[in-house]
Amino acid sequence: MVTMDDYKDGETEWCPGCGNFNILEAVKRSLVDLGKKPHEVLMVSGIGQSGKLPHYLKCNTFNSLHGRTLPPATGAKVANPVLTVIAVGGDGDSYGEGGNHFIHAIRRNPDITLIAHDNQIYGLTKGQASPTSELGMKTKVQTHGVLHTPFNPLAVAISLDCPFVARGFAGDVDHLSSLLSQAISHKGFSLVDVLQPCVTFNKLNTYKWYHDRVYKMEDDGHDPANRMAAFEKALEWGDRIPTGVFYKRDSEPFESKLDVLKSGPLIAKQYDSAKLDRVFENFS
Amino acid sequence: MLNGVILGGIIIVDINIKIGGEAGQGIQTIGSVLSRTFVRDGFYVYGNQFYLSRVRGGHNYFHIRVSDHPIYALDEKIDVLVALDNQTIPEHIEEVKEGFVLADESIVGDNVSENTVSVPFTEISKDVSDKKLFSNTVAVGAVFGLLCYDLSTLKKFLSETFKRKGDEVVEKNIKAAQAGYDYVINGKFEGICNYNLNPQPTKRRILINGNDSVGVGALAAGVQFLSAYPMTPSTGVMTRVAAHADDFNAVVEQAEDEIAAINMAIGASFAGVRAMTTTSGGGFCLMTEGLGLSGITETPVVIFLGQRPGPATGLPTMTEQGDLNFVLHAAQGEFPRCVLAPRTAKDAFNQTRRAFDIADKYQIPVLILSDQHLADGLFTYERFATSDLKINRHLLEDRFVGSDYQRYTITESGISPRAIPGQNGALVVADSDEHNEAGRIDQTTGNRIRMNEKRLRKVDGLTDEMQMPVIHGIDGADISLIGWGSTYGSLAEAVDILNRDEVSINLIHFSDIYPFSHDTVSLLDGLNTTICVENNATGQFARLLRAELGFEVSKKMLRYDGLPFTPQSVIRELKGMGVI
Ligand SMILES: Cc1ncc(C[n+]2csc(CCOP(=O)(O)OP(=O)(O)O)c2C)c(N)n1
Ligand code: SF4
Repeated sequence: MVTMDDYKDGETEWCPGCGNFNILEAVKRSLVDLGKKPHEVLMVSGIGQSGKLPHYLKCNTFNSLHGRTLPPATGAKVANPVLTVIAVGGDGDSYGEGGNHFIHAIRRNPDITLIAHDNQIYGLTKGQASPTSELGMKTKVQTHGVLHTPFNPLAVAISLDCPFVARGFAGDVDHLSSLLSQAISHKGFSLVDVLQPCVTFNKLNTYKWYHDRVYKMEDDGHDPANRMAAFEKALEWGDRIPTGVFYKRDSEPFESKLDVLKSGPLIAKQYDSAKLDRVFENFS
Repeated sequence: MLNGVILGGIIIVDINIKIGGEAGQGIQTIGSVLSRTFVRDGFYVYGNQFYLSRVRGGHNYFHIRVSDHPIYALDEKIDVLVALDNQTIPEHIEEVKEGFVLADESIVGDNVSENTVSVPFTEISKDVSDKKLFSNTVAVGAVFGLLCYDLSTLKKFLSETFKRKGDEVVEKNIKAAQAGYDYVINGKFEGICNYNLNPQPTKRRILINGNDSVGVGALAAGVQFLSAYPMTPSTGVMTRVAAHADDFNAVVEQAEDEIAAINMAIGASFAGVRAMTTTSGGGFCLMTEGLGLSGITETPVVIFLGQRPGPATGLPTMTEQGDLNFVLHAAQGEFPRCVLAPRTAKDAFNQTRRAFDIADKYQIPVLILSDQHLADGLFTYERFATSDLKINRHLLEDRFVGSDYQRYTITESGISPRAIPGQNGALVVADSDEHNEAGRIDQTTGNRIRMNEKRLRKVDGLTDEMQMPVIHGIDGADISLIGWGSTYGSLAEAVDILNRDEVSINLIHFSDIYPFSHDTVSLLDGLNTTICVENNATGQFARLLRAELGFEVSKKMLRYDGLPFTPQSVIRELKGMGVI
């Protein structure tokens, strides 16, 4: 049996009270709930406070570059689809620096879960605006307030027909870990955008701010199979902020579509130089 | 009339055919049908193409050289010029000294001369089929007519090529070729044979270009994952691997950009398969951070870089050796890397296989530095020996992987034992931050020094493996040309020609570019006048020799007009320099 202790590792370096602690807790719980053994799991992260999460977990880890969480995760998943691959990044990492990969990973649809720590701020570089920062939010760089329309990861993902789109809240570990379990079990690319209070730099989107606004869509009878309804929910932001599964559909993941993987993972295939003879026919 | 050089009583066949026309007119098809027919008949063909960055229009040409001896470069003179557009004759007529021009009447215009043969390609094609579709095959037939060259191999080749399109297409192609042939044989040159070229029965040879050879080399090395973003002139490698991917249990993925390409390859490699990416200079610019990721996470990756003239988009379809400095220094920080620059298509095959072995053994990024000249250069060889190829992944065996496995164990060689995620229940932790032996972030100074030294220690072992340059031509010559990469063919032939004329010259040619083999300095120090020949404007390799070995070349010969050296251009320059 897998227990929380199996995943225990390292001293954390986050600020006391940071939302990341709860995300870490939720990740552990869902992996334990799913019965995944640490060696079956590969966590790939970018760079940021969020990117440190795999360091506090005992499992296979590839801590990559800022914004580059999804490409190595995809390569690893194709090489060995037996691994449960989870990508972890911040909002800057996933939607800013890695925006292009985010779009194309959804199109490509590998069976990977992306956990995006959405604190609406750059944490590690000390408090600049992120792609999801509110309009008007002032920082030391955005001295006149944020001028750009916030990026809406959920609406973008739904518009790209991402097979699993959810939002969790770091203030509700039970709900978040249940969302993560669903996302990890769901075949295809899964996005879990997590509202994560950054207690140090984001004085706007605080625990209290979220607690006053978030609600669970399932309590409102939202049907995640309904893409248009999901899209509408994704546009809802203000006094009420929906959490839960916005949209899900069955999908055939990228790696399942690759014929060569039907007979087992690439890493298990045998090398056979004899086949080269046939290749040379092309040149004679 | 016989065509070729007379060498010690042996007549060496040496025929140059150039086909000029607009993109989209089928120059490549003509060139390829001609070359492959000659290769099947036992000749050696070297070919190359010159094209502009457009899919239709513009003036492009395909040059093939046919010999009964192995050849690796083009000649500057043309024996047969096939003109498919109005620009071909004015642009290339100077190169046709004793040869002939084959062209449609509409193109010949006022350029009529003794050596011009106007063949109504389109009209003949219409006679055969009501369509102009076969005019290229008519042209091929006409070339063979001019050479009085037996059509049987061509006919066999056409049947094979068009078999899938049905008997009618095969028949019409054969008819078209015969009609082109007859038109020339029975027309202007009735009863005269201008050339004497006889098929020479041999074992089946292959005609392969640099890019295809890299692709096949990668398959031979057991590549299982290739992610790339298309960019001329590297795309052919990706296409070649894709063509055989299913057969070789490989996945080829067109990434959204070069950043994704290299990072995906690194992810696949980390998870346990041999992985590569292919690109050209601009794409490699985007890959540099990923290169460093491979460096610090010690994840093997092979990067194929087909150079073209830069900066930025530069001359997309032309050639240059301008990215050497860049690949040597790309990415921040200090970490071991290896750079190999193949000389010929066969070398490209071998070096690509080696690149994967080195990458796996030292857990480093290995760059294969090629260029448009080699990418598109067509070479003739006996089939490469492949039956007993083996690969060594340098991975830990299961029985040595325990629960206490540490990815970055410090060793004397600098190489840490490598397991793959999940192997035997082990956990593999890799990090782009400085990390400890367990793979966890560790920013302490002591750790930094230990880890940095561990990684850099790999250079010692790597240096032991590097190969010496090849020496071509006479020993102890007065003049030594020094070259690297794709210039080999032209430089070697220049040396051959000059040696024949009793000039004391040889060639020292490098394919292992970085690091240099231990004994390189003593080799260079024993040379007399040294001339570094490079396809760039600043002498990047000469600078590398100085920086790495403290060796100063006597002179530099640099070409940076987007075109490759030819043996003749090298000889002209040497004369111009006053060294011969
Ligand atoms: C290429 C590159 N650019 C910039 C950085 C510096 N950097 C590190 S983390 C980060 C942003 C962090 O914000 P986010 O991704 O939202 O993560 P958080 O720290 O808030 O969890 C930046 C800009 C980097 N490491 N690499
Ligand atoms: S800076 Fe913000 S995101 Fe980073 S650890 Fe502190 S509270 Fe968390």
